[in-house]
Amino acid sequence: MTKEMKKELENLGQKVLQDIEKKENPSIEIPIRALSNVIFDKKAGQLTLGDKTAKRYYFNVAHAKKFMQTLMVASFSKQLIDQKIHASIRDMYYNLKRTLPNSDENTFDEQSESDPIIVDLEVAIDVLREQLHLTTDRKGIVAGNVKIQDRGDIIDWSKLGSGGWSIPSTVDEVDFKKVDAEFVLVVEKNAGFERLHEDKFWQKHNCILIGTGGQPSRGTRLLIQRLNDEHKLPVYVFCDSDSYGFYIYSVIKSGSISLAHVSDRISTPSARYLGLTVSDIYEYDLKKAAIKAKDVDIKRAKELLNYEWFKKNPRWQKEINLLIEKGIKAEIEALSHRGLKFMSEEYLPEKIKKKDFLD
Amino acid sequence: MSERKKAEDFAKEQKEISVSEFFEKNKHLLGFDNPTKSLLMAVKEAVDNSLDACEEAGILPDLVVKIKNVKEDIYIVSVSDNGPGIVKEQIPRIFGKLLYGSKFHRLKQSRGQQGIGISSVTLYSQLTTGVPTKVWSKVESKKKTHYCELHLDTTKNEPDVIKEEDIEKDILGEHGVKIDMEIHGRYRKTVEDYLKQTSISNPFAKIMYTAPDGTKTTFPRSLNELPKPSKTMRPHPHGMEFGILQRLLQKTSSRTLLSFLTNEFSSVGQQSAKEICKSAKLQDSMKPQDMERGDIEKLIKSMQTSKVQRPPTDCLSPIGEAELEKSLKKEYPSAEFITSIKREPEVYRGFPFLIEVGIVYGFQEGKKKDDDEKREDSIELIRFANRVPLLYQQSACALTDAVKGVDWRRYNMQQSGNNLPVGQMKLVIHICSVWVPFVSESKEAVASYPEIIKETKLALQDAGRKLASYLSGKRRVGEQKRRLQIFDRYSGEVASAIAILVGKPEKEVEKKLKSLIESRAHIKEDTPEEKEQGK
Repeated sequence: MTKEMKKELENLGQKVLQDIEKKENPSIEIPIRALSNVIFDKKAGQLTLGDKTAKRYYFNVAHAKKFMQTLMVASFSKQLIDQKIHASIRDMYYNLKRTLPNSDENTFDEQSESDPIIVDLEVAIDVLREQLHLTTDRKGIVAGNVKIQDRGDIIDWSKLGSGGWSIPSTVDEVDFKKVDAEFVLVVEKNAGFERLHEDKFWQKHNCILIGTGGQPSRGTRLLIQRLNDEHKLPVYVFCDSDSYGFYIYSVIKSGSISLAHVSDRISTPSARYLGLTVSDIYEYDLKKAAIKAKDVDIKRAKELLNYEWFKKNPRWQKEINLLIEKGIKAEIEALSHRGLKFMSEEYLPEKIKKKDFLD
Repeated sequence: MSERKKAEDFAKEQKEISVSEFFEKNKHLLGFDNPTKSLLMAVKEAVDNSLDACEEAGILPDLVVKIKNVKEDIYIVSVSDNGPGIVKEQIPRIFGKLLYGSKFHRLKQSRGQQGIGISSVTLYSQLTTGVPTKVWSKVESKKKTHYCELHLDTTKNEPDVIKEEDIEKDILGEHGVKIDMEIHGRYRKTVEDYLKQTSISNPFAKIMYTAPDGTKTTFPRSLNELPKPSKTMRPHPHGMEFGILQRLLQKTSSRTLLSFLTNEFSSVGQQSAKEICKSAKLQDSMKPQDMERGDIEKLIKSMQTSKVQRPPTDCLSPIGEAELEKSLKKEYPSAEFITSIKREPEVYRGFPFLIEVGIVYGFQEGKKKDDDEKREDSIELIRFANRVPLLYQQSACALTDAVKGVDWRRYNMQQSGNNLPVGQMKLVIHICSVWVPFVSESKEAVASYPEIIKETKLALQDAGRKLASYLSGKRRVGEQKRRLQIFDRYSGEVASAIAILVGKPEKEVEKKLKSLIESRAHIKEDTPEEKEQGK
């Protein structure tokens, strides 16, 4: 895999060099990542990138700097691969930031300038950031009856005390040594993870417990996908009952608009939504713990109604409409209103037993 | 009840006012409204006369101007020339009588036209210091220099000669005139501005100037040739007014109206003279002296509306396009861009006139201003009438109106509303005519005749187009330079990145890239913006 990556980067350099030698305007072709070029693939149940591309030219005042930046990121990544080391995207920003000769212009002024270039490069040569040896902060925790091998070390996810294993940004080189579980439960919040971990939920129900800490990182999404794909484990997603929670589920399942180009590699189309639903608020008598939905929640919910992957399921339409009509939402912690162990001992087992999932 | 005055009583108090007395009380009408301006007027009148004299005599003018501070606000203005000199009989009247001169009754382009100028300085000097005006004149190298001290008798408007003698001392070279006037005034840099501008409009003149503090400045000539002498013009029928026509009819030696018209006027031949008589319903055999008021009225109406040729234009003496440009280059050697325009002669009220415009763009003068200040400065407008700089009453002048009436934004200059444009520019406008219409006797502002404003605007637009094409060329070059700088700036990083990606020496890639950048130096356009294209 590493060898291929080097080849892709080399090809990019060769192409530009050929342009120079042929006295042509050097260019890099990059698929467009705007919403206009994002397609929902119904068959695969994923967001994917369309086939529109744009060329980034060197001899164009509007492109020249990005052209330079793209090549700089590519060469930085090639060096990482050559030296078999990884760097965080922040490391990269600092490493590449410098002042250009005879000017007060910097190669990069802020990290917000270098981050999108990485994504440009991903789509241009069709690779993942992780494969370019670029990492992000760790985000997401996992626990369960699983043994893995990571950079030579064997790690047992069942023996990590109160903490769990924090998921690195690159999990594609992690080897699963033993997976003993019946399903994967993804919890949106770290607090929810802590509650279930302390209650030994994963032990009692023989599952793998993953806390995403909000919008899941790419590493977490890839881990979920690998568990689902390689070990055929069903994935249940457990989020707040609000537009944000619903969208987190949607990202895990179908991919996100901004990262549509990697959907097929890190999304899990078979993931199911376990809860909370708006109906649950009424069914489990949580009305007193519910919160009034704000205007932004309502607005976002109306947008979700129109997303194709929410459109095709009448139950989703019902839930989202209920949120808009009643104007209420609820956090997963609202379950504690019925007692601290209500979540792990009554709500979740009942839901899983009844297979009361939204698709 | 007070006693009523009778008409006879009034009659005792009523008496003639001489022109000199009138101007004595109304100095401002001649331009002597404040000490600064008065000093300048003295220099200006003497210089204008010297230049006129030299030009008419076909002599390349060498002028020496000196201003000496006698005490506090008393100055001696001394101007000498190498002109033809003045015969001794004429000296007193030229310098000591208002409205005396050779230029009033003829239609010919000259600096002075009314015969007021220099004698008004004599009058002003006598009013403020009482010191007589001193004149030296030499008409031939063999003859002695004639010296004369004089006043002006204001009640009679006649010269009052105090001293007159031939002197041995040779202060004038071959020939010429020197005049010393002691006046009350205040010295400002306007004198120098006036001389500098005079040097621009009279590129064939050399002026050596000594300021009150002793500083000497020489304004050299940029042209060693006098302009072609301008011809005197007979009046044109379109410019006729009742009084003038009446006088001409009385004075003429022509026997018939027909011959009067063909002899006394320009552009009138047999055919058009007959037409004029016909449309005025007058016999062309009439005796001019016998014409009555009603006849003259009919004649003038017919003359003004008749179709006759334009007046001749050989009576005009413009600076010339190439000459003005050369002259401006001499005066503003650091200017970025200089251009000039000479229009064809046009006519107002039967008087031919011609407009010339010069533009000096991007100059460095004095201390460098920062960008903010520069942006706020209006352009400098330099106005000339018959080669004489107009230094005052800019806002009352038709030439200024014409500048404000042009949309300078079209020529890449900044301008807000109908104001003077803003920027690093000097605008030179010269109107020459056999009779320049001034707003007042002090000759500081040109009167607003629509023909003059229109023609001046056209000249400014011609020059503006030349400026705009220079500025847009400059902008294009600057833009292209900036583009190449950007590509060049990024080339190091790009070359190094490519070298790492393909595993080749950085130097080799950089050399190729640099040569590509150079080969594209001439390309001005960007490749079209990022285009979407299907795979």
